[in-house]
Amino acid sequence: MRLNPMATVVESVDLSPKVSDEVKTTTCYMCACRCGIKVHLRDGAVRYIEGNPAHPVNKGVLCAKGSAGIMTHYAPSRLSKPLLRVGPRGSGEFREIEWEEALSTATRWLEPIRTSDPRKLALFTGRDQSQALTGWWASQFGTPNYAAHGGFCSVNMAAAGMYSIGGSFWEFGEPDFHDAKYFMMFGVAEDHASNPIKIGLGKLKGRGAKFVSVNPVRTGYSAIADEWIGIKPGTDGLLVAALIHELLRADRVDFDYLVRYTNAPWLVIDAPGTPRDGLIARDADGHPLCWNCDGNAPANALLADLRPAIVGRRVLPDGSAAVPVFELIARRYLDPRYAPDAVAAQVGVAADTIRRLAAELAHAAFDQQIVLDIPWVDWAGRRHDKTVGRPVSFHAMRGISAHSNGFQTCRLIHILQMLLGAIDCPGGFRHKPPYPKSAPPAVKPHGSAHHVSPGKPMPGPPLGFPMGPEDLLVDPDGTARRIDKAFSWDAPMAAHGLMHMVIHNASKGDPYTIDTLFMFMANMSWNSAMNTPGTMEMLTAQNAETGEYVIPHIIYADAYHSEMVAFADLILPDTTYLERHDCISLLDRPICDADGAADAIRQPVVRAERDVRPFQDVLLELGVRLKLPALINADGSPKFPGGYPDYMANHERQPGVGMLAGWRGAAGARQGTGTPNPKQLDAYIANGCFWRQEIAPRNRYYRFANKGYLDWAVSMGFLAKADPIVMQLYSEPLQKFRLAARGHGPVQPPDRDRKRIEAHFDPIPFWYPPFEGELVHGDEYPMHAITQRPMAMYHSWGSQNAWLRQIHAQNRLFVNRATATRLGLVDDDWAWITSHHGRVKAQIKLADGVNPDTVWTWNAIGKRSGAWSLSADAPESKRGFLLNHVISELLPPQPDGHRYANSDPITGQAAWYDLRVRIEKAREEEAGETAPRFAATKPPPNMMEPPDILRYGAGFRR
Amino acid sequence: MGLVIDLDICVGCHACAVNCKEWNTGGHSAPLPDHDPYGADAWGVWFNRVHSFEAGEGADGRTVHFPKSCLHCEQPACVTVCPTGASYKRAEDGIVLVNADTCIGCKLCSWACPYGAREFDRDEGVMKKCTLCIDRIYNENLEESARVPACVSTCPVGARHFGDLGDAASPVSRLVAERGGYDLMPELGYQPVNKYLPPRAPKRHAGSTGSPAQLKPADEDLSGAGLMLRWVDRLLSR
Repeated sequence: MRLNPMATVVESVDLSPKVSDEVKTTTCYMCACRCGIKVHLRDGAVRYIEGNPAHPVNKGVLCAKGSAGIMTHYAPSRLSKPLLRVGPRGSGEFREIEWEEALSTATRWLEPIRTSDPRKLALFTGRDQSQALTGWWASQFGTPNYAAHGGFCSVNMAAAGMYSIGGSFWEFGEPDFHDAKYFMMFGVAEDHASNPIKIGLGKLKGRGAKFVSVNPVRTGYSAIADEWIGIKPGTDGLLVAALIHELLRADRVDFDYLVRYTNAPWLVIDAPGTPRDGLIARDADGHPLCWNCDGNAPANALLADLRPAIVGRRVLPDGSAAVPVFELIARRYLDPRYAPDAVAAQVGVAADTIRRLAAELAHAAFDQQIVLDIPWVDWAGRRHDKTVGRPVSFHAMRGISAHSNGFQTCRLIHILQMLLGAIDCPGGFRHKPPYPKSAPPAVKPHGSAHHVSPGKPMPGPPLGFPMGPEDLLVDPDGTARRIDKAFSWDAPMAAHGLMHMVIHNASKGDPYTIDTLFMFMANMSWNSAMNTPGTMEMLTAQNAETGEYVIPHIIYADAYHSEMVAFADLILPDTTYLERHDCISLLDRPICDADGAADAIRQPVVRAERDVRPFQDVLLELGVRLKLPALINADGSPKFPGGYPDYMANHERQPGVGMLAGWRGAAGARQGTGTPNPKQLDAYIANGCFWRQEIAPRNRYYRFANKGYLDWAVSMGFLAKADPIVMQLYSEPLQKFRLAARGHGPVQPPDRDRKRIEAHFDPIPFWYPPFEGELVHGDEYPMHAITQRPMAMYHSWGSQNAWLRQIHAQNRLFVNRATATRLGLVDDDWAWITSHHGRVKAQIKLADGVNPDTVWTWNAIGKRSGAWSLSADAPESKRGFLLNHVISELLPPQPDGHRYANSDPITGQAAWYDLRVRIEKAREEEAGETAPRFAATKPPPNMMEPPDILRYGAGFRR
Repeated sequence: MGLVIDLDICVGCHACAVNCKEWNTGGHSAPLPDHDPYGADAWGVWFNRVHSFEAGEGADGRTVHFPKSCLHCEQPACVTVCPTGASYKRAEDGIVLVNADTCIGCKLCSWACPYGAREFDRDEGVMKKCTLCIDRIYNENLEESARVPACVSTCPVGARHFGDLGDAASPVSRLVAERGGYDLMPELGYQPVNKYLPPRAPKRHAGSTGSPAQLKPADEDLSGAGLMLRWVDRLLSR
């Protein structure tokens, strides 16, 4: 026994201290995950934020970001009053103004452009979770120049999914973590989605399923994978094509699934040189045709109980020849160029490994088939006694998306899933309502000449899914109609717009100049821009003759003193996420899961004590001042005098369809559709700020063909008709663009673009090398350079958070140990990272878990000195860096000198993972600090002084 | 009482560390101060920290995320060395605590602790540490399901478990037995209560999922002609 002379002094521990006066629920906004939270309040201050156990997204857990919400909410970098620029743009010199002056100034700028040329307004929002409002507002204003940050985030994933399977990875679908026996993840570091993937991986590994992570970098999720495939960036499509090659060679694909649920049997016209070549053969009513072996004749491929051929060239009654889609698919991937031995060196994965992965996929899908005792009825009324599952799940995100071949690569992953029969079955990739929709959804982009009229709303939304050249937003000479050139020949299927090109194009007057750039939560002078130094110059560029700014007005809404603030003329200070109403709408990016439809709200849980207003309220108020028809009554009074909460409950997009699906109808008894319920928000608050309707088990799988589900989806307002949805192995809209490039049809690309369209708009996905690497000399820039989001900061601004910045305050450049040895680099060295566009200096950290030809760093840790209320010598600005500085928004010149956007040629997705660099050790005297560094940005007046010591919570110890 | 931490599924997200800080900065040992929080050298008190490093080489290489907090040892050196008795181990549940009223901030305990689990609050001049959320686990003001340490309640992957490791029949003890849970540095003899579960054997090699090493081609003809012939005869129904 130990002796302790003081052992008699016993501490009295309060085991049941009071935690809070009140607990309020709301929705987290520390990233894009939208978890439910319970906020404990004590004396009006936030005592503790925890996950809401009842919430469908996070089921009670909460990540590091969400747990650090207190520090973001109380950050000294919060803006506190509207600001008007008084010094030169970029100087950060502002004077505080009242809201009336702010709103009347914005109205004074916007009113004349609305009544003359609404396209002169470009409204672009960043990590906006209210796009159902902001996109609608842009349409009401009459400008097509609207998008959010999807163009540099995930449009390749969204568009490829929508055109292929009528759904997509992440927001509109999820791996079946409950039943999958094999899970393969591509290009997902630590994000998208955050907590659901973590919850799922924990379960999946606990069940003994195999988890394969394909990623050049072994961090985060890859760290717990059974197998990490450290692929060379941008070659995932080649790996997937090789897996498909192996499956086809072994005849291990799900033919029954293919003929029932995909367009595998549809006939493709084979008539080279003609305007019909490569189109789907159709009957007089436009139905696709297949070759029915019963009767040996063409038949409407949408009918049930056919016996369709999957291979074999046929001659149709009109004399044209046609081949089933499946045959074209098979021929493409059986090609020896996709054999494992042919691709191994290029992808950096051994051929034996590729062969084994293919065998494991087939084994899991077909030899470990699962059968659930759930009967269901298909679209044709046929009863299935059991629900069969192919327990192979896939998930993919940024590492696929941010390459110039990302659309076709993502399509390849969907082809693989379709061939395995693993979409929306038990154990596979599962849709989340309101998806699946038709592939693609029947929403066209608006913004052509006949859609845009001075003083009038556009007749539809700015963003959508073109079905062919006739849906492009181009003038007769091929010139883009939108400022970002979305839906032009530069990026025909730019379903999320090209936010990364807005400032560049506006500053060049290409295709035209604008008057007002209006942005929300978009740090476009810093970590949300390619070519950061150039972007700062563009934002401040002046007309040499008049001295006017080339972009005459910039309005910016943000809650914090981010790097972008200094570049705006008018600042509309937003609230923190705990001070506002918000709406996580089914019209936008809802919080559904595979087993239920759900949406959610935010409610103010603490009162804003600064002179700030929620951006959505401000946008609605501006709409009233601008007299946007849907926002005012006949007498000019506001239609939603209660601001955004009023709009959330009472606005109807179509009769019975509003922002929120729960507790609709006057009595609040309806779900999905119904008249507005004035007490709807109270019902949400009483239910933890979310609504969820569980889908009946018989309606949870094969939803593209499940009668019960399709009927339910119609009743909920998700689908217009209960028609089955046919997945598109072969994407006919792509072929339509290709035919235009070949000289067919009334809308054709400019000659310069013909080859590019012809090459990339292949209706059958293929792999091509990312553009930047092809246009620079490989010897000069031998390395790939990419970023990953740290889990503790993904999608949150991060550095103003006193706790999170203790986890990541400086980002290193991670270099493979063997590569570093070859380059003469050791840990802690400083090195120059040089691209064709510029160079940036960083400190090195050696790692084993990175592809040898790849260097990487954490994203968005580097900050500009002076921003975010950080001290001038904060590591974020002194040693932290952005790769953005050396990523150009333009590709290197083509042989004819033309420079395309550094984007996917199909969707316009920013190709920031295509970056190629060389690494050189910095000289001794250059060590210690990053470069380039920019002059410290000046804080706005009356910012809160950051404390020397933070003793948060001291007051709660009572 | 103690924690079981599953290194097979910890992804290193820091949720446990931050949620711990969030709870405890207003809890029994409040505050957990942060010095120079927006400056060059931000440094704060954290009761739980995640260490990330690489281990092993080549195909056996692994990125390890290792959360670490006080292990509430059965033989706590920190208690033994404490000259004032401020550091003590509770008899009823084994939780090691520091009595802030009698702690003189001499740091002997942090020198003695081989796990580096003690955190000195230089603002108040007292030693602080993981309390196993003693103000949560018995707290009648919280719902029963919330009466676990904050790190356990918040962990997104479910890598953290809380329970009575002194009871061989408890779920945590059974988990440790099943998964080969181990003590951190057992050779030192402090008998930590908290246990770590090692990574499961990765299914990495041929046959580990029951699958063959490669698929057998259905037709050796590389042109695919033989396959096309097979597929012509497939009778499929839509």
